Amino acid sequence: MTSETRPARVAFYNDPRLRGLFYQTLLFAVVLWLGYEFVINARDNLRAAKIATGFGFLDNTAGFGINQTLIPYTESDTYGRVFVVGLLNTLLVAVIGIVLATILGFVVGISRLSSNWLLQRIAGAYVELIRNLPLLFQILFWYLAVLGALPGPRQSISLMGEVFINNRGLFLPQPVFDAGSGVVAAAFAAGVLASIAVGTWARRRREATGRPFPVLWTTLALIFGLTILALIATGFPISFDKPVLRGFNFAGGARVIPEFVALLVALTTYTAAFIAEIVRAGILAVSHGQTEAAYSLGLRRGQTLRLVVIPQALRVIIPPLTSQYLNLTKNSSLAVGIGYPDLVAVFAGTTLNQTGQAIEIIAITMAVYLVISLVTSLLMNWYNARTRLVER
Amino acid sequence: MTDETANLAFARAQMAEALAPPAPTTGTLAWVRQNLFGGWFSTLMTLASLYLIWLIVPPVVRFLLIDAVWDGAGRDDCLAEKVGREVGACWPFIGAKLPQLVYGFYPPDQYWRVNLTLALGAALLAPLLIPRAPYKAANAVVFFGVFPVVAFFLLVGGVLGLEHVETRAWGGLLVTLVVSVTGIVASLPLGILLALGRRSQLPVIRTLSVIFIEFWRGVPLITVLFFATYMLPLFLPANWTIDALLRALVGVALFSAAYMAEVVRGGLQAIPKGQYEGAMALGIGYWRMMGLIVLPQVLKLVIPGIVNNFIGLFKDTSLVMVVSILDLLGQLRATFSDASWATPVTLFTGFAFTGLIYFAFCFGMSRYSLFIERRLNTAHRR
Repeated sequence: MTSETRPARVAFYNDPRLRGLFYQTLLFAVVLWLGYEFVINARDNLRAAKIATGFGFLDNTAGFGINQTLIPYTESDTYGRVFVVGLLNTLLVAVIGIVLATILGFVVGISRLSSNWLLQRIAGAYVELIRNLPLLFQILFWYLAVLGALPGPRQSISLMGEVFINNRGLFLPQPVFDAGSGVVAAAFAAGVLASIAVGTWARRRREATGRPFPVLWTTLALIFGLTILALIATGFPISFDKPVLRGFNFAGGARVIPEFVALLVALTTYTAAFIAEIVRAGILAVSHGQTEAAYSLGLRRGQTLRLVVIPQALRVIIPPLTSQYLNLTKNSSLAVGIGYPDLVAVFAGTTLNQTGQAIEIIAITMAVYLVISLVTSLLMNWYNARTRLVER
Repeated sequence: MTDETANLAFARAQMAEALAPPAPTTGTLAWVRQNLFGGWFSTLMTLASLYLIWLIVPPVVRFLLIDAVWDGAGRDDCLAEKVGREVGACWPFIGAKLPQLVYGFYPPDQYWRVNLTLALGAALLAPLLIPRAPYKAANAVVFFGVFPVVAFFLLVGGVLGLEHVETRAWGGLLVTLVVSVTGIVASLPLGILLALGRRSQLPVIRTLSVIFIEFWRGVPLITVLFFATYMLPLFLPANWTIDALLRALVGVALFSAAYMAEVVRGGLQAIPKGQYEGAMALGIGYWRMMGLIVLPQVLKLVIPGIVNNFIGLFKDTSLVMVVSILDLLGQLRATFSDASWATPVTLFTGFAFTGLIYFAFCFGMSRYSLFIERRLNTAHRR
């Protein structure tokens, strides 16, 4: 029994370092082997089924029409262009959906915290109802039941004689920009720039002297005033091409296809319910002492909300909000269920059926969504690092 | 001098006029004033809300109950022109299509097998969910280990004289439940492994886990289903034919495993480091440390997260419709094409009924998750 310590003798298979190395090598080998098997099988299967490989199909003629395109597209265009058209359609519905869902979500979320009992209950019922029904169910409901029940073009529902709704879609007046509208656009831009300048100046002055400045009214006056002045000065160069009923359908104006309307309404209301919960949780996360302190400093209710509560709540709200934006973008792929020509419907659907090149097409489609996700989360990490609470 | 002081009145000579009593702060009237009419904005909101309720509730009640048609044999009974009155929900349509919505095209003389499976599942699940029921561990083993095997043979058949039923014939609520339960049962162990892998100190295992998790979380479920349906068969040897439902199940399981992994990781991070260190100090190895000390605490913590995941999965199963597997929603859509029931109210009736089923399941689960959350929170409640 000596007191000197000797390294305990451990069998080599009990050495955690060696064991870790062994497990990792094993896992790596298994993954490699699986990958090898997949590649070999894919090669044999493709050869047996006589399916072409590679990305050459992107230059082939697509030969099918798409009922909503943001860029010029004809049936004789290539699959590559189909991809771009689909991607743009996905981005269109995602961006508009994100804006609308954010607005609706904040309204509902704040309503859930309202002191008005009835409003609070209605907002709660909305959130519970929407969150507990599948999104595809809601998309189909809007598309088949609600929009499907709309009358034909001749019995269109008309809003003020300018906007028409029927089962062929939504018909809106389309703005036509004549010569001189550049001046109006420049005036609008100048108004926005001036507002930003005023806002910065007002904040500096408030921070230096504590005197407030009515930024909101100045901003509105600058933007709208300048634009309207420019409109009057140039003699209203912007006119509207109005939809007119000709025969069995509308001519002129801009047509929004019903698939887009159904998808947008469903995505917006669905995501808004989740955003409402995030907003509610975020505002509740700001301790009540902050509100009381703001009141005792003499800030009014609106000021307290705007200057004290919301900036702190945003720190809690933004990260989950971003993941809701991502969800909305990913969920826009449900468009395939009602035939809205998004990326999945026209590329992973029609193009895949025509060419049979499943590996390339699904890989491209997945890569697009992955890139969107990764870029968003990188931006998110950057934002989080910037707004992190600086503790002393 | 005495005269002046006599004229100065320091005290009241007569009683002050009584003030009006303060507005009541308790009771119905006060509650109404405080919560519905506290200020002009609140009043405006109350009026707007009342208008909204008046706009939505009476028509819905009229449609679902008052104007509804309760019995009939075909579309003529649900047509306003034929009946001669305003027509609401056409419930006979649901009555006629109920078997299709629940069982799909499962042979009618074999419905008992589906019923037995569902009853068995419910009987095993109920005691698992009730916190006070005994034998949790044994129950869990039976539910997660034995029940899936029994359910598989019961539903597919081909053994013990049971007639073989192709999965192509399955449909409706049956498929919805099969896909979601399989998804959750398969994704739980896989998710735990991935979460452990992501927290592992071994770089290769950690990297592979991160790549796997982030990949599946970054793509929409639809592309995963497309992947499983069109791409997976290409990767497997040519002589392997996989059932369409099974392919979708593989996709769903991989997809939900990634989400499950993140839920479990959240729980792993919430366990104090002392628990790990304590276990290591006692000389307990990695797997026993995880299995006996860490995971029991983690799983208890993340039950609400798992239930929320399950709600999401349950709702997402409706997407299998896109790869031509007709679940509840898919069957609903299929029933709409039946011309013998085509009326203006058929669509709304179908959506109302199916919506009620989905809502009942999801709402029930979310309430359960809240209940568990409150139960687990007892220690922190003041």
